[in-house]
Amino acid sequence: MLGLAAVSLVLTAVDHFSGLLEEVRAGLSVVATPVVMVADLPSRSARGIGDVLSSRDSMRSRISELESELLMLRARTEKMAALTSENNRLRDLLGSAAKLQDNVIVAELVGVDPDPDRHEVIIDKGTRDGVFVGQPLLDAQGLMGQVIATSRYNARVLLISDHTHSVPVQVARSNLRLIAQGTGATNRLRLMHVQNTADIRVGDLLISSGLGGRFPVGYPVGVVERVEHKSDRPFAIVEAMPSALLDRSRHVLLVFTEERRLAGRRGEGSDGSGG
Amino acid sequence: MEAVADTKAGGSWILFGTIFVSMVLAIVSLPEFVPDELGYLRPEWVPLVLIYWIIALPQRIGIVAAWMVGLMMDVLMGSLLGQHAIAYILMAYVTYSLYQRLRMFAIWQQSLVVFAIVGLNQLINFWIENIAGVADWTLWYLLPSLMSALVWPWVFLLLRFLRRTFHVT
Repeated sequence: MLGLAAVSLVLTAVDHFSGLLEEVRAGLSVVATPVVMVADLPSRSARGIGDVLSSRDSMRSRISELESELLMLRARTEKMAALTSENNRLRDLLGSAAKLQDNVIVAELVGVDPDPDRHEVIIDKGTRDGVFVGQPLLDAQGLMGQVIATSRYNARVLLISDHTHSVPVQVARSNLRLIAQGTGATNRLRLMHVQNTADIRVGDLLISSGLGGRFPVGYPVGVVERVEHKSDRPFAIVEAMPSALLDRSRHVLLVFTEERRLAGRRGEGSDGSGG
Repeated sequence: MEAVADTKAGGSWILFGTIFVSMVLAIVSLPEFVPDELGYLRPEWVPLVLIYWIIALPQRIGIVAAWMVGLMMDVLMGSLLGQHAIAYILMAYVTYSLYQRLRMFAIWQQSLVVFAIVGLNQLINFWIENIAGVADWTLWYLLPSLMSALVWPWVFLLLRFLRRTFHVT
């Protein structure tokens, strides 16, 4: 017993201070995959039953609704493509390295961490699909989080609302750079160290600034909801509402930025982890 | 001879199955309309099942089994590798040293002991998370052990029924 306890203690310490155990964890995750799959069955079958029970008419109207939305989005994408290429050309002229060209794959949530203190989710894509530790995750509305552990078939994602997570952002209107920290509530982010005189207002859109090199530039992170100046505090209290539907999105996008994809390809076979 | 082998195999199947189900119950996500805070009310299913099997079959389920289950839980919960393992080892050790007395107890007395043992489990998990800097203490941490104590009688009766029906020895 003492032997096993000692082994566990050493494991815990090694896991905390280094990334050496990622492979062990990935191996055990494969064994644990059935548990995750069975645990996902209730919500999956609930959706399945919903699909079966919905009437032909409502299906039809939903399809036509989706088709019109698709058409609109297509039109917008065409415009986007033109704008992107123009933007890239202009950036080329300026000699800037930042290009607006990110590839994404769609993943589905298969599990949510049962501990309410942690905001982590499990998605159904793993190293097999090229997912790497540190990879950013989006939903249709905005930035959701980053991958913190991978196995062959699954990956674990830390959401931006977790109280241990911070993301570098900038105010879209004034380009003010800030850090948005999670609060442990899915509908609130806290902006750190905002000067009392800073140019920030309720309703400002926060986008990822790309500083730190982990998140891609320019994705919406949140909207400022509260700005409070207190004379007895050095910094203003600023809170934002995350743009992404952190507790509702089921389909999410994993982003491969240009360098990352190349790095991922080079590192294929290993776990492809990036700093 | 063959009959004995059969029941043994069937028994392993029940042991494995109940532990598997408890793991699923531990991580299954609540429906979306349920507020997050209710997650604190989730009993610690895996320790409950382990405690039962240690009391009932200490020769088969002991500290080593608890350790392996703990490692699996670490992977499932995304905690530090070894965190649940340590907690489960200590929990298994305490249960193992008490199992002869626990068998004599009335179910409500067992519930009290279960409250203490699962509380110890929560405390160890909290200590490790606290040292690693990912958790702050709130009394919420003890709520799962209270819930565990409350559901213990039903877990106990269900598992005893399974054990007797399938002759798990």
